[in-house]
Amino acid sequence: MAAAILRRLNPTTATLVAPLLPLARAASDSTSPLTIETSLPFFPHNIDPPSRTVSTTPAELLATFRTMALMRRAEIAADSLYKAKLIRGFCHLYDGQEAVAVGMEAAITRRDAIITAYRDHCLYLARGGTLVAAFAELMGRVDGCSRGKGGSMHFYKKDAGFFGGHGIVGAQVPLGCGLAFAQRYRKEGTVTFDLYGDGAANQGQLFEALNMAALWKLPVILVCENNHYGMGTAEWRASKSAAYYTRGDYVPGLKVDGMDFLAVKQACKFAKEHVLENGPIILEMDTYRYHGHSMSDPGSTYRTRDEIAGIRQERDPIERVRKLILAHDLATAQELKDMEKEIRKEVDIAIAKAKESPMPDESELFKNVYVNDCGLESFGVDRKVVRTVLP
Amino acid sequence: MAMKVLREVGRKRSGAAGIGGSRGFADCAAAAMGVAERREGGGGTKAVNLFTAVNQALHIALDTDPRSYVFGEDVGFGGVFRCTTGLADRFGKNRVFNTPLCEQGIAGFAIGLAAMGNRAIAEIQFADYIFPAFDQLVNEAAKFRYRSGNEFNCGGLTIRSPYGAVGHGGHYHSQSPEAFFCHVPGLKVVIPRSPREAKGLLLASIRDPNPVIFFEPKWLYRLSVEEVPEGDYMLPLSQAEVIRKGSDITLIGWGAQLAVLEQACEDAAKDGISCELIDLRTLIPWDKETVEASVSKTGKLLISHEAPITGGFGAEIAASIAERCFLRLEAPVARVCGLDTPFPLVYEPFYMPTKNKILDAIKATVNY
Repeated sequence: MAAAILRRLNPTTATLVAPLLPLARAASDSTSPLTIETSLPFFPHNIDPPSRTVSTTPAELLATFRTMALMRRAEIAADSLYKAKLIRGFCHLYDGQEAVAVGMEAAITRRDAIITAYRDHCLYLARGGTLVAAFAELMGRVDGCSRGKGGSMHFYKKDAGFFGGHGIVGAQVPLGCGLAFAQRYRKEGTVTFDLYGDGAANQGQLFEALNMAALWKLPVILVCENNHYGMGTAEWRASKSAAYYTRGDYVPGLKVDGMDFLAVKQACKFAKEHVLENGPIILEMDTYRYHGHSMSDPGSTYRTRDEIAGIRQERDPIERVRKLILAHDLATAQELKDMEKEIRKEVDIAIAKAKESPMPDESELFKNVYVNDCGLESFGVDRKVVRTVLP
Repeated sequence: MAMKVLREVGRKRSGAAGIGGSRGFADCAAAAMGVAERREGGGGTKAVNLFTAVNQALHIALDTDPRSYVFGEDVGFGGVFRCTTGLADRFGKNRVFNTPLCEQGIAGFAIGLAAMGNRAIAEIQFADYIFPAFDQLVNEAAKFRYRSGNEFNCGGLTIRSPYGAVGHGGHYHSQSPEAFFCHVPGLKVVIPRSPREAKGLLLASIRDPNPVIFFEPKWLYRLSVEEVPEGDYMLPLSQAEVIRKGSDITLIGWGAQLAVLEQACEDAAKDGISCELIDLRTLIPWDKETVEASVSKTGKLLISHEAPITGGFGAEIAASIAERCFLRLEAPVARVCGLDTPFPLVYEPFYMPTKNKILDAIKATVNY
């Protein structure tokens, strides 16, 4: 059952990527197909939408539940670590939006590229990143995925096609189009998922990138993760048109229920096939974040607690999958609860291991400014600073 | 028409504050005091922090000129640093409003608004985000008056932006980009060191008939508390201030770094080194005369700033002073600045020009 997802891994990377999922369980792990209809239709813009009927398997649903529950638990653990001052700086949490990361991953391979903004912890995990590497990076330790030099906003995973992790709003969008251009050139049938938020949707560089992508028929899927608030500003106060899937004008778009794993998976699968033939498409994921914009934002000054609680009640992505699993008798409620308990333990173990990792050495400060650190003269009155050699 | 009015208002105010008068080798600190004394309105002072002082300045600016506007990301509710609290309530959403997330758009829009004779006070939420706006500021704002032969100008433009390290800001909430803008003739760059300076310099910047970029040290928003006059006052632009007199070495800095330099001065005094500390205040056009007079007296110079050392504004000061005071200099000009790396995350304490680094450099220079 873990195999279903692991099988999509490039064989050479399977050994490098530690599996996120456990070995076979007592619960139903068959791969017999299930067809389920998404609860909401897709809203199209200049394109025929995909079917609402999505095929999945019990194994996939269980794996999805596990992955999303793991992500949820990891984000909440990050919240506690931040409050305990083990994580410093900025920390933007993804809880509530898990279905986008997991649904996307279910539709693509590790050879496809994903690039996103700063709310990247769960995308890193979805791409096969380990919990230990994630927590170590958050705490600035050397075993982190960016050797402790990136922090929360700069997670990367080259062997899984995860291009990170960007702090400047909207800056990653033209980058994603560049990635897609390279993919088109390589003719490997791979695509790029270029994620941004509703706040970034008004950045000029997005439209510049979109024009280039459309002009040159680049296999890029622009994914607007619309959680309806750009930091503290509601979308209707920042955008004349909050129908982000239509903002591409001549570029077709699709609005997707981002809290529904199956809808996201279907849309991403559809989008991948589309862009390989026709050039860019915009997917707007209608999603929601429970936490504030970052750990410095309580998240309740610009929206009501009722709204947050309402979404948690009605649209929570994990609960949705839980209901599906129970409705189709794929596992019992107790088994799912046990899975969650196990996940909790797994996250705690990972955090403990991450805490053991040391801070990076001072010499790392000057590493990788340039390749081979050439041309870097690090001088100051502090005579302990080493001067690196010019080529 | 509107432009003439703007210029007149500017001149009247600068006259009142003594800006543009002859700036000989007068004691700049005393001059600043004199300027502060010429207040309109209330005569009292109140202890406030930096963001409150900035807020007061904005209230006064909007109050005294009906054609001034404050806008930027999230300014409506008061801003992420509370510098714009109360403005929207008092002056209305037509004059104090939020913009979408688009720095290039904000800058360009501000330039246009200023070109129509208004005072456009735009906020860039963090100086790290100013780069999409860089083209607008360098290619449009700086060159508008010049390329139109003085027919048009965007002198009413003021860009306010929090800059500098804050202890945990990381790559994109800590940068000091002042050097990029100091390289552009046509712009003014102003950086205050404390609440009192901030209010006076901001009002002067807003009313100055040139586009000004006003960087506010975010570290000091809450930390720095000072007695600030409650009324309307301005401090002169392009006038450096000698904030501590000394005879052995001249130290120059701006913004939050002055607090660090001051600590280094105290420590150096214990070792018998008398330091003269200068706050540059306006980075371009900068007060060469004051610095030259000081270095002529001490014969040694040390510059300190948070931005990376290579190509930082300290380089310009060092080169100019070497040119002007070559025969008087007794030691090479020392620069204690940020390291030549991107602003790091966990390594911030190593990167920063700390008091001990400065102290080391003071001793090395004095004992050269």
